Amino acid sequence: MSTVRVHTNTDAPPRSEDPPPGGRVGAQQRAPFIRQVITLTRRNLTHIKRQPEMLSDVTIQPVMFVLLFAYVFGGSIQTNGSGYREWIMAQTMAFSAFVVAFGLSNDLTKGVIDRFRSLPINRGSVLVARSTSSLIHSSLGVIVMSLTGLIVGWRVRGSFLEALAGYALLMLFGFAMIWLGILVGSVMRSVEGVNGVIFTTIFPLTFLANTFAPSENMPHWLRVIAEWNPISSLVQAMRDLWGNGAPPPVDAQWPLHHPIIATIAWAIIFTAILAPLAMRAYVNRTRD
Amino acid sequence: MGARSVVTMTATAIEAIDLVKTFGDLTAVDHVSFTVPEGTVLGLLGPNGAGKTTAVRMMTTLSPPTSGTARVAGYDVRTHPDQVRASMGLTGQAATVDELLTGRENLRMIADLYGLPRPRVRRVADDLLERFSLADAATKVVKEYSGGMRRRLDLAASLIATPPVLFLDEPTTGLDPRSRQELWEVLRNLVEQGTTLLLTTQYLEEADHLADRIIVIDHGTVIADGTPLQLKDASGAARIVLTVSNADDLSAAESLLRGLIPEVRVDPANRQITGSAEGLDAITRIAAGVQNLGIEIDDLGLKRPSLDDVFLNLTGHRAEPQLAATEESA
Ligand SMILES: Nc1ncnc2c1ncn2[C@@H]1O[C@H](COP(=O)(O)OP(=O)(O)OP(=O)(O)O)[C@@H](O)[C@H]1O
Ligand SMILES: [Mg+2]
Repeated sequence: MSTVRVHTNTDAPPRSEDPPPGGRVGAQQRAPFIRQVITLTRRNLTHIKRQPEMLSDVTIQPVMFVLLFAYVFGGSIQTNGSGYREWIMAQTMAFSAFVVAFGLSNDLTKGVIDRFRSLPINRGSVLVARSTSSLIHSSLGVIVMSLTGLIVGWRVRGSFLEALAGYALLMLFGFAMIWLGILVGSVMRSVEGVNGVIFTTIFPLTFLANTFAPSENMPHWLRVIAEWNPISSLVQAMRDLWGNGAPPPVDAQWPLHHPIIATIAWAIIFTAILAPLAMRAYVNRTRD
Repeated sequence: MGARSVVTMTATAIEAIDLVKTFGDLTAVDHVSFTVPEGTVLGLLGPNGAGKTTAVRMMTTLSPPTSGTARVAGYDVRTHPDQVRASMGLTGQAATVDELLTGRENLRMIADLYGLPRPRVRRVADDLLERFSLADAATKVVKEYSGGMRRRLDLAASLIATPPVLFLDEPTTGLDPRSRQELWEVLRNLVEQGTTLLLTTQYLEEADHLADRIIVIDHGTVIADGTPLQLKDASGAARIVLTVSNADDLSAAESLLRGLIPEVRVDPANRQITGSAEGLDAITRIAAGVQNLGIEIDDLGLKRPSLDDVFLNLTGHRAEPQLAATEESA
């Protein structure tokens, strides 16, 4: 009855010796990074399979846009040149930021992230897998758009290589947007927060392009913004590569005259600014 | 448990070294130190908010200590988190299973992430589903699982890589008695095979069943440390509780008990009389006496000290004289 020790908090002083070289247990087997990424990507894609409604942004939405533009608004919106298909594709890719942020935020607000964090895996694998599955998700939208376009009569008039280059630019842009998604997904404490931020900022910004109204009719300051908008560069680049677009107005800003270089430059700038911010936000979020 | 006899010869599996965690003004874990020898079971016992989860999260690399550190399998959580993760399994208090995957997909995913050879991935997943009575639900999405099934899947997930050190945060909360017994059996087997186990619990009974040693924490500090037996002894003897059917019989029953056992107290509101149980035969004598007097009773039984009693005794909120004495001997 007198054997209960009551601690005084000082009976085990900190020690600072190094851990045993090989550890006390045999080093456990680890999965190679690529296997971690594949496993987690497959998991993310299974989520989509179980909730097919998550794909509405890349299936129903683009088709709706096509129908709206082609048949409802008809000629009442003057689209610059012939194609708004390129704009819809660009918008789908801009949306990969949302897809990443949504999925990441979902994981971060659930217990599953603790499971991942307690496993001996590379901490980047969760992000790489999230990015990969989101790019696959958004690419689906591009495929749906391309097929819908074929049905409606759109054609790529450029060479095969130019067609490929257009798709490559789309992917590059999507890649840059992923960092924005990781940033937003890590900073926002809820999925609703993610929705709020994306739909009040990214979504309207995608419309501020030279797609719908000729930028010549805009107030000068708005026109500058619209023509420097990365979406405009991307859309113009695809139109050029696919041989669908009217040339930009002679007095348009520099990016519209050099849309391919501008798009690549935007992707690099986005990545250079957003990647460090996104990584820091993610590390902070998953530290405790 | 079975490994008790080799305790002194084996190395240390878990070591908490002056662990501190503060959240703003709140000190959730306050200079906690202890060691757990390989192959033994430590029960971390404490009421809600005591700091059990916070301590476990620090020891499992999920939360950086404010100061102090911990070692798992010899690796420091601050400097070698990856090796710590490779050496331990964790079932946290909150569910960590993926709701949109099936039970089998969940386990296979984790086995894949550990890098188990592919044939073993399948085998391990199916074995564990079997062991935790989830084989029938293997292809069901976890969203459709009951709370107890999720809990069992979570426990299965922490065993995939057969880690040498296992942390379980309130593992049996939400399990029905049968599942609880089954889990205890699984854990006993693991410990027999050499696994070191640290589990937190609010149930003295659970710590009693499994732990070689119990540490009681409250407000982030260790307030007691001993074997289950020592703790229960320290919190006083069991008490006999007699509930009479008619309040009219209370005084007759009271005088009967006063003649047989010490420390008799009457609780008229519940028609209960309690007394200290010096020997089990007291119950037999009380039963006979009650029958002789023709007193109708609702219940007669032995109430063992609960965690509540242990805890209240240790914190001194309901100080008993003999415990005050033990505290001096620290
Ligand atoms: N992330 C956090 N931020 C602020 N306070 C926290 C945080 N996590 C825990 N706490 C506080 O720290 C204290 C200890 O909490 P902890 O979850 O470790 O207790 P516990 O012993 O596990 O309780 P329970 O039995 O309810 O699980 C509580 O007062 C709690 O409110
Ligand atoms: Mg807890």
